[in-house]
Amino acid sequence: MNIFDNALFQKSIYAFLKYGVLAFLILFAMTTIFPFVYSIVLSTHDQEGISSLGVSMGLGIDLVENYNELLQRTAFWTGITNSAIIAILGTVISIFFCSMCGYSLAVYKFKGRNVIFGIMLLSMMIPPVLSLIPYFLIVDMLGLMNTHFAVWVPFTIAPMGIFLVRQYVVASIPKDLLEAAKLDGAGEFRIYSTIVMPLLKPSLATLAIIQFVFLWNNFLQPLVILEGDKAVIITMIRSMQGTPDAPMGAIILGSFLSMLPLILVFVVSSKQMISGLTSGAVK
Amino acid sequence: MSRSPGIGTQGSDVSQLEMPAPNRLKEIISQGTPYWFLSPWVIIYGIFGIFPLFFMVFLSFQDWNPSEGLGAMQYIGSTNYVKAFTDPLLYKSMWNTLTIALLSGVPQHLFAIPMAYILVQLGERARQWFTSAYFLPYITSTVAVSMIFFQMYQGNGIFNNVIVMFHDWSVTAPLFTWFDPDYPIQWVRANSVIQYSIALVVFWKYLGFNIVIYSAGMATISNDLYEAAKIDGANTYQRFTQIALPLLKPFIFFGVTMTIIGNMNLFDESYVLTNALKTATKDGMTISNYLFRIAWEDQQMGMAAAISWILFGVIAIFTAIYFYLFGREGLQEN
Repeated sequence: MNIFDNALFQKSIYAFLKYGVLAFLILFAMTTIFPFVYSIVLSTHDQEGISSLGVSMGLGIDLVENYNELLQRTAFWTGITNSAIIAILGTVISIFFCSMCGYSLAVYKFKGRNVIFGIMLLSMMIPPVLSLIPYFLIVDMLGLMNTHFAVWVPFTIAPMGIFLVRQYVVASIPKDLLEAAKLDGAGEFRIYSTIVMPLLKPSLATLAIIQFVFLWNNFLQPLVILEGDKAVIITMIRSMQGTPDAPMGAIILGSFLSMLPLILVFVVSSKQMISGLTSGAVK
Repeated sequence: MSRSPGIGTQGSDVSQLEMPAPNRLKEIISQGTPYWFLSPWVIIYGIFGIFPLFFMVFLSFQDWNPSEGLGAMQYIGSTNYVKAFTDPLLYKSMWNTLTIALLSGVPQHLFAIPMAYILVQLGERARQWFTSAYFLPYITSTVAVSMIFFQMYQGNGIFNNVIVMFHDWSVTAPLFTWFDPDYPIQWVRANSVIQYSIALVVFWKYLGFNIVIYSAGMATISNDLYEAAKIDGANTYQRFTQIALPLLKPFIFFGVTMTIIGNMNLFDESYVLTNALKTATKDGMTISNYLFRIAWEDQQMGMAAAISWILFGVIAIFTAIYFYLFGREGLQEN
């Protein structure tokens, strides 16, 4: 009898494949997370410790020293505060602006709607780096150089966010409800703010996730607009890299701390964040 | 279609006859309503988007150093375009961008599709756990993770140390004779490897995003189809290639499109790994980095504007070709 026809043999091959695949997935997940774990290791060593670390994953004793070095070389907490101001203000305002625009496009029929819709679509296709120079020019002309306002305002009308809200309004706000409110004498803005906004909550939560993650991590605009005490945390950390005898332990500690807020939020609500950030693709 | 922009009907004809004046005023106000709601977009995009875009046409014919103020502009005709077109770095950085895009993009999708297939088979809970792990890099700042990779890529960094370990271990030593511990691989300093180093970070960062897209795509495929194929005698591999892959087409189209767009904009990873465009820039500089360097390091805003328009053209042509070739097919099943 052929060994390949043996049921036990087939079963064990199957089990071997199954656990092999599972082991691969786990190994791959560990590799993915490795840089984050390793950054914790690195941030506990001083310069000498890092260069003699080899493949060891042992923790050092210089965490406090690195932290002090970090504070000495950069205005770390100022940077964190600046990043937070930009991300929070930008997110909150964009919730209002995107929902207003999306609502308008979803509910009303008016002259120029298709033109506006088309321009929005086109503006999404322009790679951000190509609009960087015009953006820099206008910020310069308006005298908004080195202000946080210039960094978050252009993103409060993100077309992606507007479309997100529009889709949601079309799919889940009944027209009858709006008409009933209208018959009861509610003004257009009142209908939007007291009836529509609360119903939009799920899509606005998604929008908030997308906007906050984007604004917190955004590097290009702050790099060309902000400097000194106005700079965001990641441009501050990046500029430490360029200094001679750059203390890698302190830099890595700073990098890790700058990611920590988002990592913590992700650990708590990974499901919502994943579905939010891929909502353009996955409905 | 009624001229009225409002929701539903704007009062009956009878009431309009009875009190024409207030209704007329109301109608005018309500006709403006959609525009009021859209005003944030119109104002902000007008100021930060459309106006400067047109101004950039003007700028591309000027010689301007931004640090000298707006008054320092000088008309120099098409010199900027000539300079840009004759700069070998323009083509080199385009080529670098394309190479890095292929090095990181192709493996991303080749990994993500089978992994998504496996994850969907594993069941909801396991899938959630693994997906969260793979997705983590996507939410973190590219600059911060690139800083960590920058350290890991150093001569005494973990990548070289692992190779040293294999080099010294008698079992694997024959495989690593090419490696000399005194001359570790200069991942971020040598032009010969910088593209791979950048591509690895990009691959690592966006793999999870693609896995999520493909798992969502796989989840839309009915289990009955697999069952039917199973009864017809198709094995796991055949079910993957004959059922999952064809039905995934729209998702592959979306995923690949996102990868292409993302790679055209690649800036952060290469900027940090080349230490702010100081080392290994010949092969590590992407088109975005090149534009940044011309505009902010060389302070040639006019030429940078000209380059922007050239890239605009190039990207528009490639986008048109791409959608012409794949667009219809990719979207038809969506």
